[in-house]
Amino acid sequence: MLYRENGQFKTSYAADQQVFPIAQDRWAVVGIVVFAFVAVPLLVDEYMFRAILIPFLILSLAALGVNILVGYCGQITLGAGAFMAVGAYAAYNFHIRVEGMPLLLSLLLGGFTSALVGIVFGIPSLRVRGLYLAVATLAAQFFTDWVFLRIPWFTDNSLSGNVSVSNLQVMGWQLNNPLNKYLFCLAFLTVFALLAKNMTRSAIGRQWMAIRDMDVAAEVIGIRPLFAKLSAFAVSSFFVGTAGALWAFVHLASWEPAAFSVDRSFQLLFMVIIGGLGSVMGSFFGAAFIVILPIVLNRLLPEIGDLVGVEISTAGISHAELIIFGGLIIFFLIKEPHGLARLWSTGKEKLRLWPFPH
Amino acid sequence: MSRKIGEVILDLKKVSLSFGGVKALTDISFDVREHEIRAIIGPNGAGKSSMLNVINGVYRPQEGEIILRGQHFTKMSPYKAARAGISRTFQNIALFKGMNVIDNLMTGRNMKIRSNLIQQAFWWGPARREELGHRAKVEEVIDFLEIQHIRKTPVGRLPYGLQKRVDLGRALAMEPSILLLDEPMAGMNVEEKQDMCRFILDVNDQFGTTIVLIEHDMAVVMDISDRVVVLDYGKKIGDGDPDAVRANPDVISAYLGASH
Amino acid sequence: MGFFLETLIGGLMAGMLYSLVALGFVLIFKASGVFNFAQGAMVLFAALAMARFAEWIPGWFGLEGSYLGTAAAFVVAGALMFVVAWLIERLVLRHLVNQEGATLLMATLGIAYVLEGIGSTLFGNDIYKIDVGMPKDPVFLFEEVFPGGLLINKEDFIAALIAAVLVGLLTLFFQKTTTGRALRAVADDHQAAQSIGIPLNRIWVIVWCVAGLVALVAGVIWGSKLGVQFSLSTVALRALPVVILGGLTSVPGAILGGLIIGVGEKLSEVYLGPMVGGGIEIWFAYVLALVVLLFRPQGLFGEKIIDRV
Repeated sequence: MLYRENGQFKTSYAADQQVFPIAQDRWAVVGIVVFAFVAVPLLVDEYMFRAILIPFLILSLAALGVNILVGYCGQITLGAGAFMAVGAYAAYNFHIRVEGMPLLLSLLLGGFTSALVGIVFGIPSLRVRGLYLAVATLAAQFFTDWVFLRIPWFTDNSLSGNVSVSNLQVMGWQLNNPLNKYLFCLAFLTVFALLAKNMTRSAIGRQWMAIRDMDVAAEVIGIRPLFAKLSAFAVSSFFVGTAGALWAFVHLASWEPAAFSVDRSFQLLFMVIIGGLGSVMGSFFGAAFIVILPIVLNRLLPEIGDLVGVEISTAGISHAELIIFGGLIIFFLIKEPHGLARLWSTGKEKLRLWPFPH
Repeated sequence: MSRKIGEVILDLKKVSLSFGGVKALTDISFDVREHEIRAIIGPNGAGKSSMLNVINGVYRPQEGEIILRGQHFTKMSPYKAARAGISRTFQNIALFKGMNVIDNLMTGRNMKIRSNLIQQAFWWGPARREELGHRAKVEEVIDFLEIQHIRKTPVGRLPYGLQKRVDLGRALAMEPSILLLDEPMAGMNVEEKQDMCRFILDVNDQFGTTIVLIEHDMAVVMDISDRVVVLDYGKKIGDGDPDAVRANPDVISAYLGASH
Repeated sequence: MGFFLETLIGGLMAGMLYSLVALGFVLIFKASGVFNFAQGAMVLFAALAMARFAEWIPGWFGLEGSYLGTAAAFVVAGALMFVVAWLIERLVLRHLVNQEGATLLMATLGIAYVLEGIGSTLFGNDIYKIDVGMPKDPVFLFEEVFPGGLLINKEDFIAALIAAVLVGLLTLFFQKTTTGRALRAVADDHQAAQSIGIPLNRIWVIVWCVAGLVALVAGVIWGSKLGVQFSLSTVALRALPVVILGGLTSVPGAILGGLIIGVGEKLSEVYLGPMVGGGIEIWFAYVLALVVLLFRPQGLFGEKIIDRV
């Protein structure tokens, strides 16, 4: 009864093209955002912020970026970690080399640099697609791994690319406790999610999807593949790079290139698969799932072991994690290729028709 | 309303196309006049689809040129063709399956979008106004093709006949001056064919759009087209109005004779 | 000159091993359109199985110190790979027929995780040795041509020989046997092959079995050279550019690609590395493959793709 759109008539195209055309959705989203900004800080302890919420927010942002490229534009990437690294180290260089550079600007410039690098590594996409492209993006991954490990200039001559930042503040507001860090990341994610949603519902988003669904036909109706693909690479890398800068500055504070290895790239790809390709909402679901799963397994597996009388070692847990993780990926691909986001929308569809299921 | 067939706007001169060693088209020349309905017919494998692909630049012919409104193109590209006002539909429906009908038609308006990425990201002023303006135009096409009830359905879920109609809609949303139709009626039942015929004639009538179409249904072709080109094994064997083509002995032996 | 040739030969030897892993990729891709990211995990799994069985079996049956134990271990590990292949087909691929390449790729990533996890759980995750009695001593060749001769590792040489023989056998299998012909038919068109009565599922099991065997051989060779450890699964990442360079559908392409990459890596590391700080062999192969892709999107030997509308 609650979730029904009877009586909500659209009298203009503007009303029909809102982000959330159904009133209940609108209120729900406003509610969640208010809850996240006001109620969560009152309810949650430091561990929660540090281990779950902050990683979730930043990885959601990165997953959003990956989803733009993979889910919306259909270009597989196995090199997302590379663009996180570029964002992080570029922001670091702006931060330490430019006197009085505001933190916010450093972070965004990190994202911007990552966008430029993204365009360069997106060029192969004009010639190759699918699996070949996936391998081409791995080139970006291994190349940046090497650059930040071996070229000292990028890392201010530090040993093996290990750098750190401290005393972060935004316009006098200290980022020195988990709560402030959380709010900072939350603000970032809120703005970027809105931007992503706007792009995907306007001309640029349709260009991306057209290229994804049928590239020859897209060209025939006057979409330039060059622009569509490279803009997707740029926007995606901007998101991912900014997330990388946040991950390094706000979450880690001290990091080395290994923080952005190929494993990170795979992790981001899994987030968008499990969450839902081509869905902004799905990026959040996927990030939440992958951040929370290992924590849950870590707590749960030893207890299950106790129940059946087997002691599970830490190594055993990490192996079990691998197995469960891989199994889940396969399960999702087989059972629900559109991910958690599709389960969500099927649920909503059922609710709209309730009590008349079909 | 009476149509006035105008000057030649599209002229193909001595076009030859081959893939590897296989000749798909040999030395083909024909022209298309403004506002006319021009049909290309021929048995399977005669090179009809290749012909359309040459016109809008999906294939690059090895020889020959395309003259479009007095402009010479030796190298046409799909993008240039779209710019010049050529749009088309596809034999094996090439819709964007992940998008709904409105979005598919909106992609047809893509060339007319002026706002940039940043404006679109912020859904700011011009981007928003444009989006609404084009939506209104798209709704006109939806009304014209009588597909209001499916406007929010993802096209992958539509039945074949409706997909063909949406494919036409996307081409129309571009407001083309020349419309290329690749077997618009293939695989349709009689009612769907009648509808499609009506839409084609209406488009030609109301918007004055020049139409080049490939079709297998002889009765339809002879009824609606002004002039017909006949291809066989990549060569042109006939050209003229339907009656002349019907009487052409080469055509009868190569095509009509064989199929009847 | 002698040094250059030594580097070149070293590169060719390493390249042969890349070819072997790449071959696993190509086999599966040709027959099922699956880009098997789990090939590396299969190599790890096979090598782990081989190392541990070679340790356990002699103990169980009292075959210490004899070649029989090693041979038995090889057979058991091979059988285990067949079981793995069968399970993969049964539990994963069968349910993903006619899915897009990207979906299948990601499914194999999942398989890779599961295999790594199970492998470590069953066989442990320390560093193990595989000793199949390969000679370790170097030999000197052409001493009369070059001062000091060319230093060549016997082990490398034998490994390359084994790889070459395996490649030859596989080519014969593909070209000359009925099963091979069925495999090629399936590769061309699943539905058409099915419609003339080729059992798709059985073909896939066979291909994965063959790929499993190739993985076992690759695992034994790599393992006896470098020891068996978790990082062995990253050999797949090293072999990827090989496949891209050679073309996904070409067996000779995989071989040649492997050799080119092997030689390119060694030469670039030796001659180019010092200029830029070393460690470039990790990305050199990828950049090389990328450059080739820009000019020949289907790889050196892949089949050209014509878009049809």
